[in-house]
Amino acid sequence: MNAHNPSGWRPAMPLDAPPGQHAATSSGDRGLMLEEPLIFELGQPGTCGVDLDEPEMAVLPGLARYLRSAEADLPGLSEPEAVRHYTRLSRQNYGIDLGPFPLGSCTMKHNPRLNEKVARLAGFADVHPLQPVETVQGALGVIVQLADWLTALTGMDAVAMTPKAGAHGELCGLLCIRAALEARGDAREVILVPESAHGTNPATAAFAGYRVESIPATIAGRVDLGALEARLGPDVAGVMITNPNTCGLFEPNMKRIADAVHAAGGFVYCDGANFNAIVGKVRPGDLGIDAMHINLHKTFSTPHGGGGPGAGPVVLSAALAPFAPLPYALRQSDGALRLIEEDTAPADHPQGLGRMTAFHGQMGMFTRALSYILSHGADGLRRVAEDAVLNANYVLRSLEDVLTAPFGASGPCMHEALFSDEGLPEGFTTLDLAKGLIDEGFHPMTVYFPLVVHGAMLIEPTETESKSGLDRFIASLRHVAERAKAGDPALKSAPHFAPRRRLDETQAARRPVLVWEGWT
Amino acid sequence: MTIYYTQDHEWIAVDGGVGTVGITDYAQGQLGDITYVELPDVGASVAKGEAPCVVDSVKAASEVYTPVSGLVAEVNMALEEAPELVNEQAESGGWLFRLTLTNDSELAGLMDRAAYDAFVGGL
Repeated sequence: MNAHNPSGWRPAMPLDAPPGQHAATSSGDRGLMLEEPLIFELGQPGTCGVDLDEPEMAVLPGLARYLRSAEADLPGLSEPEAVRHYTRLSRQNYGIDLGPFPLGSCTMKHNPRLNEKVARLAGFADVHPLQPVETVQGALGVIVQLADWLTALTGMDAVAMTPKAGAHGELCGLLCIRAALEARGDAREVILVPESAHGTNPATAAFAGYRVESIPATIAGRVDLGALEARLGPDVAGVMITNPNTCGLFEPNMKRIADAVHAAGGFVYCDGANFNAIVGKVRPGDLGIDAMHINLHKTFSTPHGGGGPGAGPVVLSAALAPFAPLPYALRQSDGALRLIEEDTAPADHPQGLGRMTAFHGQMGMFTRALSYILSHGADGLRRVAEDAVLNANYVLRSLEDVLTAPFGASGPCMHEALFSDEGLPEGFTTLDLAKGLIDEGFHPMTVYFPLVVHGAMLIEPTETESKSGLDRFIASLRHVAERAKAGDPALKSAPHFAPRRRLDETQAARRPVLVWEGWT
Repeated sequence: MTIYYTQDHEWIAVDGGVGTVGITDYAQGQLGDITYVELPDVGASVAKGEAPCVVDSVKAASEVYTPVSGLVAEVNMALEEAPELVNEQAESGGWLFRLTLTNDSELAGLMDRAAYDAFVGGL
């Protein structure tokens, strides 16, 4: 086994492989090579991008002691210098607008520009959450209409719109479960989490005050139903299941799992991060799920990954709906929209668990998600799921002759293709393939996750990629895998063409240097 | 002194009612470079199967389960500055914490070296 640094490469090693071993990328692409100093290292002190007047007011009595005695060590840049600095930095970034972003379990799909146009309409962009509700009826209408779509698509009774992202949604769902159990005087202690679940699930359960117990996976990558049923009992508050799971597989026993959990008095939380694979095809409510978050920044195409913010509405079954957090928007019988908040909650929503956010949720994401939903329609959303699954299976079947697909024999995958490092020659690892892909001009896939697969490589192409785009990616990953199989030593020090060579991730984690050298 | 092993790849060396706990060399190899070790509090009471310690590596954060119940008597402070000791000397200088055992009978359920080697060989 690979002890220590899995790649074996350290910065002190020679940077360049011997001549001839610098294999050209199959795509012909090379990383952009722009060196950019820190902004503190640019410009001249005293330079300023704007004309500032000398202060006219005398320093107020009593405030003089707060006057700075030393010069503020601010960067001195003109406006064009500052603009160029950040633009050059942005060219070192990689995003979905530059190329495929195959991070498994992240659903990095295209963010349609129509969404952006809608989100910038003044009636949505320029409102304030504290405005009188009569003046924001249109914005509240968006929230209610999106909520209606989400409950219809999931077959659930209600939806809490306020959670800010996936893990926040998980917390909301578990707090609803806790509130429901406590309301019937049956506080329980344990949440069961299968090995195939998202990593945030056990963290959320612990944060919600539960003890977490793991349920093993079968060799087919699914929840071990027998082990789960054997563990159910009066101390189990519920289970958290990711479906489709992080192996990219659908849990065919979901209904049986839910029935068993319900029979034991518990609730079923489903991590909906992978909803993109089943939207329009499967309604989680029909599978017996009590709560599920929906990452609008994944399935419903709102910006994601540094470009956020996220949004994680939680759909709820009839059993959990009374415990949903405040506030929420409601359409009255006369068509007017109002907000249910603390002032009327004792009458309107007496069992609610309280407030998880200051306001109504991520309005800017709601407008984008509803724009996406309405521009696709029900039939278009179904097609999204079909194309996403088709693309993932195309990747899986196109590469299983050079990479090991641990669950390849158990049938089609869902939204993501999973490979292991089995069959790579001694000394070559998943990390080497990921770094090699950077030279090919691609953002690497998710690596070393899920943990149940050794040296995992998790690839989620989403429906965004065309067949020709997928073919380029597949050819590049095939090329890198073949280099590993041929024992190409240059792959061990990849990337060669990126702005930075392979970094020493171990030292970065053990002894991080987090401040600029000029800072004291 | 007798050394026992668990299926979760911990070892415990027991000597006169005190057990020294660490992860096996196989475990450190699987984890890759260890970057940080979160040690338990001295004096804490831990029950068999609980995870009082977390080992972070470049690949993952992994819980370390205590093989038996006991009171934490000492932790390996050297790991705060040098977590790489777990990689370099997993089954000696890279030990994690020492327990004053509270239930000796729990040792009976653990493996000896030969059984552990056979267990790893079957993985």
